[in-house]
Amino acid sequence: MAPPADARLQFETVRLTALYGRRAVVKDVSILFPAHTVTALIGPSGSGKTTFLRCLNRMHELSEGGWITGKVLLDGEDVYDPSVDAIRLRRRIGMVFQRPTPFPTMSIYDNVAAGLRVNGGRPRAELDAAVEGALRRAALWDEVKDRLRHSALALSGGQQQRLCVARALAPEPDVLLLDEPTASLDPAGTQHIEELCHELKTRYTIVIVTHNLQQAARISDYTAFFHLGDLVELGRTEELFTKPTKEQTEAYITGRFG
Amino acid sequence: MTGLVALLSFLAVLALVLILGDLVARGASSLDWSFFTKNPVPAGESGGGVANAIVGTVIIVGLAGLIGLPIGIGTGLYLAEYGSGRLGWMVRFVADVLNGTPSIVVGIFAWTWLVKPMGQFSALAGSVALAVLMVPMLARTTEEMVRLVPHSLREAALALGYPRWRTSLRVIARTALAGIVTGCLVGVARIAGETAPLLFTALGNLNFSTSVLHPMQTLSLQIYVYATGPFDEWHRLAWAAALVLMGLVLLLSLAARWAIRQRHGAAR
Repeated sequence: MAPPADARLQFETVRLTALYGRRAVVKDVSILFPAHTVTALIGPSGSGKTTFLRCLNRMHELSEGGWITGKVLLDGEDVYDPSVDAIRLRRRIGMVFQRPTPFPTMSIYDNVAAGLRVNGGRPRAELDAAVEGALRRAALWDEVKDRLRHSALALSGGQQQRLCVARALAPEPDVLLLDEPTASLDPAGTQHIEELCHELKTRYTIVIVTHNLQQAARISDYTAFFHLGDLVELGRTEELFTKPTKEQTEAYITGRFG
Repeated sequence: MTGLVALLSFLAVLALVLILGDLVARGASSLDWSFFTKNPVPAGESGGGVANAIVGTVIIVGLAGLIGLPIGIGTGLYLAEYGSGRLGWMVRFVADVLNGTPSIVVGIFAWTWLVKPMGQFSALAGSVALAVLMVPMLARTTEEMVRLVPHSLREAALALGYPRWRTSLRVIARTALAGIVTGCLVGVARIAGETAPLLFTALGNLNFSTSVLHPMQTLSLQIYVYATGPFDEWHRLAWAAALVLMGLVLLLSLAARWAIRQRHGAAR
């Protein structure tokens, strides 16, 4: 087993601006994500929070016309430095999307192993252990251990999403990015994912985009409120929700707009 | 309105049933073991079969598939994955024009480029002509099938640290595989019945031949010769050959259906 993620992991953005062509959708945002915490990104639709998240593992640059200025520092190294291989970087930063995206042609086992196999061959026993470990951490092992060879599509939506979490965890990333991971799940599936966040932050640094304010309040240590591409307010979650310093933040969390 | 639509679909099915029924009624009685195992006999004699034409069809269509499938599928993958630019637009345009080109025109070109320089008619020239007919169809079908794969799957693979080419092959193409296979089977079924482009390429051959550099018989060519000939015996054989050809195409279509159903099957 790989050792737990480095406790001193440094992950932050410095004056990050994300653009589509000439239009900036994230403006000059600097956030430090403390290691082993959950940071929630909240804000109305179009606030740039998802784009911001996609800049962290260089997915934004794959969108048509997507580019950035500023820096994203992982352990002091700018992930946008020309010497950094985006493909290798994405193996250090796992991501889970809004809708479950299991690979439909692969079995449950192969889905979880996918990110490991892309790194080159490994002994069978090692692969088995890594898959089991990832499924356990995603709280899915007990439900699927007897049907690892079955299609991933046979799982329920909530199970599929946890499978995607397991798939993201298998390569032992340092950071886990969650883009509204419960948006398409029922309450039980949502609760599962939220409980996972609590457990996973002991090993990983988690950044989660959510539309659900209660969810942000329940699971995050820090919350960042985005509006129209600006980072309006960043603070400890309980403070931001109880004593917001900006009027815009208060208006949003009390439901007056957004 | 419902009645009208029902009537029209009844007419469509009726045509199919009539053709199939007529084929079976007139052709089935001539189908016996020697029909499949014997070669044609000289005009005037009775008996004989179409063994050479069946083998020829398999060889020519197989060779056409060998040439056409990789090119067609590759082109389709390219169009779907990288075909957003000018070159992609051009390839797509050419494919669409080629798709609408009458097959006899393709045959003429195969004659000009292959038969004439090589100095003789050949099965190979026929296969190339059929492959040319198949490529644009396959390219467009493959492109459609690959485009049906949700964008989110591509993103998921890339976010896992998959290089782009590996994403295309391992995730996207594999997910679209059942659709692509279906497209291939439909494409092969479609060219299996072609006659016009073979008239001046494979030419036809009354004897048994497996040499792709020489003229070769196919079922479609055999039907053409027999059906337009003056002898009742030939007409009888033409019906039987038509039934066999129809059966082959039907078999391929069934295989295509089966492949579609596999799309939603288990992972292994």
